[in-house]
Amino acid sequence: MKILVLISNVPDTTTKIRFTGDNTAFDTSGVQWIINPWDELALTRAVELKEAGAVEKVVVANVGEKITEPTLRKALAVGADEAIRVDTEPKDSYFVAKQLAQVAKDFDIILAGIEASDYNGSAVGGMLAEILDIASVSAVSGLNIENGELSVNRDIDGGSQVLSINTPVVLIVQKGIAKEPRIPAMRGIMMARKKPLNVVPAVDAEPRTKFVKFELPPPKAACKMVDEDNAKELIRLLHEEAKVI
Amino acid sequence: MYNPPDYYQIDELLTDEHKIIRESVREWVNRRIIPVIDDYAQRHEFPEYIIKEMGELGALGPYIPEKYGGAGMDQIAYGVIMTELERGDSAIRSAASVQSSLVMYPIYAFGDEKQRMKYLPKLATGEMVGAFGLTEPNHGSDPGSMTTRFEDKGDYYLLNGAKMWITNAPICDIAVVWAKDESGKVRGLILERGMEGFTTPETYKKWSLRASATGELVFDNVKVPKENMLPNIKGLKGPLMCLNSARYGIAWGVIGAAMDCYDTALRYSLERKQFGKPVASFQLQQKKLAEMLTEITKMQLMAWRLGTLRNEDRATPAQISMAKRNNVEHTLKIARESRQILGAMGITGDFPIMRHMMNLESVITYEGTHDIHLLITGHDITGIPAFE
Ligand SMILES: Cc1cc2nc3c(=O)[nH]c(=O)nc-3n(C[C@H](O)[C@H](O)[C@H](O)COP(=O)(O)OP(=O)(O)OC[C@H]3O[C@@H](n4cnc5c(N)ncnc54)[C@H](O)[C@@H]3O)c2cc1C
Repeated sequence: MKILVLISNVPDTTTKIRFTGDNTAFDTSGVQWIINPWDELALTRAVELKEAGAVEKVVVANVGEKITEPTLRKALAVGADEAIRVDTEPKDSYFVAKQLAQVAKDFDIILAGIEASDYNGSAVGGMLAEILDIASVSAVSGLNIENGELSVNRDIDGGSQVLSINTPVVLIVQKGIAKEPRIPAMRGIMMARKKPLNVVPAVDAEPRTKFVKFELPPPKAACKMVDEDNAKELIRLLHEEAKVI
Repeated sequence: MYNPPDYYQIDELLTDEHKIIRESVREWVNRRIIPVIDDYAQRHEFPEYIIKEMGELGALGPYIPEKYGGAGMDQIAYGVIMTELERGDSAIRSAASVQSSLVMYPIYAFGDEKQRMKYLPKLATGEMVGAFGLTEPNHGSDPGSMTTRFEDKGDYYLLNGAKMWITNAPICDIAVVWAKDESGKVRGLILERGMEGFTTPETYKKWSLRASATGELVFDNVKVPKENMLPNIKGLKGPLMCLNSARYGIAWGVIGAAMDCYDTALRYSLERKQFGKPVASFQLQQKKLAEMLTEITKMQLMAWRLGTLRNEDRATPAQISMAKRNNVEHTLKIARESRQILGAMGITGDFPIMRHMMNLESVITYEGTHDIHLLITGHDITGIPAFE
């Protein structure tokens, strides 16, 4: 059994967001990059399954330029055996899925995060399954393998669902797939040096969408405090200023 | 959310690997130290679980070769780890410093292969806790006058004396103890818990490093097997070489405490309003913040440069003394200034500053006092020792 974990390289969640080029591109200067949090959980679960002996090999794949390599090294430090980088700028979900399809063919399980914390597209996993013509399961919050049989947990409205499913399959995972992301230990970090990080060229693919413009949310308004015994004033503010009542 | 400063883009002086290391240790500290450390410090208790967890993480003896259970990392990596641990608490960094620089380092550098294989892998995983005994009740800054001695009894050495102010003593499984032989030469012995006549009473009522276990090592006619002597070092040079490694780690470590204080004070001063304005808008508070950041930046550069020198085995003990002294002094000042920025809130355990400040009173004293390091620099530049 071999697992491929899709890794998206995203800005640290505390990054101050700025744009360049007349608000058409994200300004990457000074940004700290991290593994997309959902992908990190997926990788953690894949490594756990490998340690439990249910999986022989864990490979991580990313579509990105050279700046994403530290993120892949970290994935190797967490415990992946190999990394693949498709050498191109990720343009949109379809473009990325197309690039991943060329490296994702020989795996039994492909784990994709439910979304990436940068553009929140939530599309790559489903598209990849479609391109590969294999099944996909969305909103997966648990994965177990026993005697080569997959059992998958899904959160559904008001409850949960357990599925058994054949491979190959794309599992689109969300929180719960692993308890918390694994912290790479120093030895793992040193071992990551020696693990293969293969760079493959991009295939031809036309993005289906284009960034027209980004906008920042309006700055948060200051919070007004009203004394607890001054309900009248609160009602006045809600009525006259906030105009909600 | 902790947001440490990097005013001079010193990050660019680190490798990607160093940054992954930093991220790992920071995340571990976020999960395992930050939520509980105030409570442990208030209760004057050492969080014992951290030793094994630091072992798992690889924070114990990271620069020891992999063959002996270390990670074979460079000196900057060690520094980065110490910074992140001390952001959590100086007690955590102290436990790691002692294990790495004062126990694993001498066994690796001065021990024989049998000793290395016996102790290092277990010290690296945290299965074993180590202590380092140099200071005595009556001999602190002047360890050369120590009175702990051993006699050669043919089959074993007979050890008598006592060490005081020893980090990890109450919880240690082994201790590297420095004592004089019959000719007055300082030698290193590995003591093991359980040896008859060897006890480790705890020191209570500390107002500093309250989350660290400090105690005594008492030797009452302890029979130490001859194979427990570190064969490859004689004289005070042995413990001093260990201290070089630990002091270097402190020069990096305290930066974490300084950044935590600065970061806390900056955030608080922007949120807290007096006279209708954020406290940060007053010049006096800006002066404090600006000076703190200036000192942090200088500390970072000093530590980084010292690390590159150590990687090339070129850092002199006097250079290490300068960095230890400077960085601890400024961190302590930063703790005091940032505490004032928080006003009354600064004295509570809801913020880390007062805890750091009290810890630093130990850090400025141990591993060579502030004064002694100054005299080391003075000696180095004039050629005249002013100790005696
Ligand atoms: C929490 C804690 C943990 C410690 N952990 C360890 C440990 O693990 N292992 C270990 O061996 N030790 C440890 N120490 C001991 C520490 O290293 C000593 O406290 C330190 O070396 C100073 O010795 P002292 O306390 O005896 O002070 P003293 O040497 O008595 O000094 C008292 C004062 O006199 C000054 N002074 C001394 N000599 C001179 C001089 N020649 N010129 C000018 N001024 C001078 C000093 O600077 C100081 O201000 C620890 C201490 C503390 C507080």
